[in-house]
Amino acid sequence: MKTVIQMLVVLTGIGLISGGLLFQVSSWADPMIAVNKQKATEEAIYIVQPEGKSYEKISAGDFEGYKVFGQNKDLIGYAFVYEGNGFQGKIRIMIGIQPDLSKISSIEILEQSETPGLGTKVTEEPFKTKFKGLNSKGSIGWVKEGASPKDNEIIAITGATISSKSVVAIIDTGLKKLRTLKEGGKL
Amino acid sequence: MKKQVSLTKEFVKGIWEINPTFKQLLGFCPTLAVTVSAMNGIAMALATTFVLIFSSLIISIVRKLIPDQVRIATYIVIIASFVTIVDLVMKAKFPELSKSLGPFIPLIVVNCVILGRAEAFASKNNPLRSFLDALGNGLGILLVLTVLGGIREILGSRMIFGVTILPQAFEPWIIMILPAGAFITLGLLLGFSNTYTERKKRLEREELLQKYRPAKSVNEIKEGGAA
Repeated sequence: MKTVIQMLVVLTGIGLISGGLLFQVSSWADPMIAVNKQKATEEAIYIVQPEGKSYEKISAGDFEGYKVFGQNKDLIGYAFVYEGNGFQGKIRIMIGIQPDLSKISSIEILEQSETPGLGTKVTEEPFKTKFKGLNSKGSIGWVKEGASPKDNEIIAITGATISSKSVVAIIDTGLKKLRTLKEGGKL
Repeated sequence: MKKQVSLTKEFVKGIWEINPTFKQLLGFCPTLAVTVSAMNGIAMALATTFVLIFSSLIISIVRKLIPDQVRIATYIVIIASFVTIVDLVMKAKFPELSKSLGPFIPLIVVNCVILGRAEAFASKNNPLRSFLDALGNGLGILLVLTVLGGIREILGSRMIFGVTILPQAFEPWIIMILPAGAFITLGLLLGFSNTYTERKKRLEREELLQKYRPAKSVNEIKEGGAA
């Protein structure tokens, strides 16, 4: 009986002390973590919309989207985050697009777990630049190296075709969703 | 209980003699997973050391209050609290590092080096000794993780601490930044460490033999064979 009481007292005591301590630390850290998160999002938005000066969150839709405004508070485009399956895991992409959704401004890969050295090439400049100015009036597509791409197609990376394909598919699905929102007058 | 080891010895032993990675072969999961670069290795080792020091210290202070039946549960609560603190502080102050170490910071809770030191040392020794023991073991982890991360970073991405040091002509070994590279490198390092220890032991034994046995009798034994 004595041990049982001792067990209960010790475990409860330690639990209470740890709980209190963690509460203190987390109330100190939480605001900073929120700021960091926001900073990261902000940075990504301004990478895909370099002329952007301010942004506003879009509340409609089931994904993260932002209206990006230029110097004179005029709408210069949208930035939205969309994710989907890559070769090994999820790929999260921030996509910047013109206000009429006719052209992609730029993209940025936020998270990925592709094969190092092969699939990870989708995060590098030569691949990302291919999306700049890509015609997005309809759907976008990809071709293999050697073929000549149309203005709505990109050339897939040799050795990382699946990763390239996935990026295109993710952007395409995201675009369709955004277009539905736009047509529904929700943007 | 009578035999008292000197405090310096208590500290130094963790770095090499009972090095958590090389000699106790503990905590391999984070060791293999995060050491794609030297910086990652150092960050991981420092986080582990922080948790190790504070949990050893606290466990050692309360060791006489904890009933035997619930000791593991108590240790885990203490360890988990410090791990959560590290995780929150890293997320708040070093978001980049926290992102690259991913889930391996929360996973320090189940790192067996920490529970191992708690069970094998901190629960039987006074706070000062436990602190020194934890510090020494932490430095041991730091040493191995830095070397491992450094080797993998140099061969896998031509860089060390983010500075390119190998020429463009050197094609990076992609395998070094994949899990397989971690296994190969750690295996080789373990091999070297064991060879070194074995050699040292053999030399010591031979020295002892020379000292306490007249040269003649050694010869006789040799000639006598296994009889």
